Amino acid sequence: MDLHEHQARDLFAAHAVPVPHGLLAVTPDEAHAAATSIGGTVVVKAQVKTGGRGKAGGVKLARTPAEAREVASDILGLEIKGHVVREVLVVEASDIAEEYYFSFLLDRANRTFLAMASVEGGMDIEEVAATRPGALARVPVTHVDLAVAHEIVTAAKFPPEVADGVADVVVRLWEAFVAEDATLVEVNPLVRTRSGEVVAVDGKVTLDANAAFRHPAHAELADVAAEDPLEAAARARGLNYVKLDGQVGVIGNGAGLVMSTLDVVAYAGERHGGVRPANFLDIGGGASAQVMADGLDIILNDPDVRSVFVNVFGGITACDAVADGIVAALGMLGDAATKPLVVRLDGNNVEEGRRILAEAAHPLVTVVDTMDNAADKAAELAAVGV
Amino acid sequence: MIVQGMTGAEGAKHTKRMLKAGTRIVGGVNPRKAGEVVDFDGHVLPVFGGVAEAMAATGADVTVVFVPPAFTKDAVIEAVDAGIGLAVVITEGVPVHDAAAFWAHAVAAGGRTRIIGPNCPGVVSPGKSNAGIIPDDICGPGPIGLVSKSGTLTYQLMYELRDVGFTTAVGIGGDPVIGTTHIDALAAFEEDPETSAIVMIGEIGGDAEERAAEYIRSWVSKPVVAYVAGFTAPEGRTMGHAGAIVSGSAGTAQAKKEALEAAGVRVGKTPSETARLLRELLG
Repeated sequence: MDLHEHQARDLFAAHAVPVPHGLLAVTPDEAHAAATSIGGTVVVKAQVKTGGRGKAGGVKLARTPAEAREVASDILGLEIKGHVVREVLVVEASDIAEEYYFSFLLDRANRTFLAMASVEGGMDIEEVAATRPGALARVPVTHVDLAVAHEIVTAAKFPPEVADGVADVVVRLWEAFVAEDATLVEVNPLVRTRSGEVVAVDGKVTLDANAAFRHPAHAELADVAAEDPLEAAARARGLNYVKLDGQVGVIGNGAGLVMSTLDVVAYAGERHGGVRPANFLDIGGGASAQVMADGLDIILNDPDVRSVFVNVFGGITACDAVADGIVAALGMLGDAATKPLVVRLDGNNVEEGRRILAEAAHPLVTVVDTMDNAADKAAELAAVGV
Repeated sequence: MIVQGMTGAEGAKHTKRMLKAGTRIVGGVNPRKAGEVVDFDGHVLPVFGGVAEAMAATGADVTVVFVPPAFTKDAVIEAVDAGIGLAVVITEGVPVHDAAAFWAHAVAAGGRTRIIGPNCPGVVSPGKSNAGIIPDDICGPGPIGLVSKSGTLTYQLMYELRDVGFTTAVGIGGDPVIGTTHIDALAAFEEDPETSAIVMIGEIGGDAEERAAEYIRSWVSKPVVAYVAGFTAPEGRTMGHAGAIVSGSAGTAQAKKEALEAAGVRVGKTPSETARLLRELLG
């Protein structure tokens, strides 16, 4: 789960990382009140989970509370790369002397973590990495204490006058990274103020969803308002669902097989008017009738969907049980099931599974023998429409 | 072989299955049920309080881990400390900090324990042994070795090539931090005299496939075909597996396919085309 800047800021503050004073506002009047309470010049920042906010007009300076109200009304409601701005963060303008970059992230290749630091902060770090790789220090870490923090600071060639201050912040960021089960903690820019303080001015945090069981408070950080309604409904039923922009609904078992199904549907769509997969939905190995019904219900409620491709490989769960699940699911849905279903079953007890579907002879169901042919049929039906 | 978490619902279900497939399971581990026995259709298996005790009593050298995510780190560390040769971690949903911690522990212990997983279906050598949840009746023994991030795509390819058969199929798991990698499995297949061709299955996220491509270029003499899933996955979304995510321009299926092809590996557009490519290579 990616956090908003203000959530990252709160999380940093909770782990004693210095951050600028700031308040969240959802209306121009609240921005006015926030600027009044903070005092002096403030920065009004759109809270959207995407880069390039500044260029899109989502970050503006305001010298007075009246100005803060004005720029907040410009920013609120703005759409930045498909994200609508619903909140702004009003923060005190930092007295910046220098800008740096710092992050902890997962190093998949080495099965450990990586500290990345640069004295060239404030800009796109991917660009720094690409154009001046020498300016970005990468230090593999498994545990960070003050000694390791100083090694990182030295590797990144931080100026001596900030070395202690940065090392201190690095240790606290590591504590936050571990304590919160983060997979990314990024500060850009990390700032030295003219008075010599080291402050985390902007931050990005990604939390590990697999660790949610030991962080009940993290549930409150989910951005429910920005969530797609179908994705929210699927999550409420415990389904692993991602909404996409096509017309062929997809249900399958196993993440890899479902990703593969999306690709095969897209290839088939090239022959049928450019139709594409409408969603990712993995019902897992168990594939009970209830799960199948829940999955079909979500997909049939997607107005973009014109046909559905059910692609199941019977492994531990035999195909006859999956076929029973499909028949039962269609029974449960009754008249709510209105779109054509193409079913491909393979694997454990496939003959019996196909026999069950043939016997049920549901008017919406077409059974096709291979994954490629079934994708083609589903794409053809989606191209024709309902 | 022992099963950590044998008395839980998933552990019990798959212990029964593995026994039926002929796997020599000699006991389970659950500290709260130490001293009890469990009857699996006539196979009466003892429950031990710890991995070291189970190994001493039975001579087991493999453990399959089914314990819940919150306890997986401790279970794997215990298995490493006991010096077991192979730990197959089936559990899905293990926090990545925990996986990194048990991996670091295994490395610090001298690498004597090979870890497969977490979030993996395990490893099967048809007709010989089955450690994990891969169905044993998809196909029989044969000359192909298979390594995959995905369980169901493993089953799909085994099914497509069931008339040819497999030496070993290993599901390494779809998490961002895993023990055994594509490269580790490729190295094992290269050394295995019974394996004459290799199927490698990858998916979006990370750069394991790109690194495997470099490895194949330098070190693998046997024919390899590959399949990569996730060409249509949108940027920034996790597709089922915790590790299956395209971040910015990194981890795309296209980049993986190009890296593999540049290393001389033929990459199938679909699972069935991948199976066809392998048949062509076998002649």
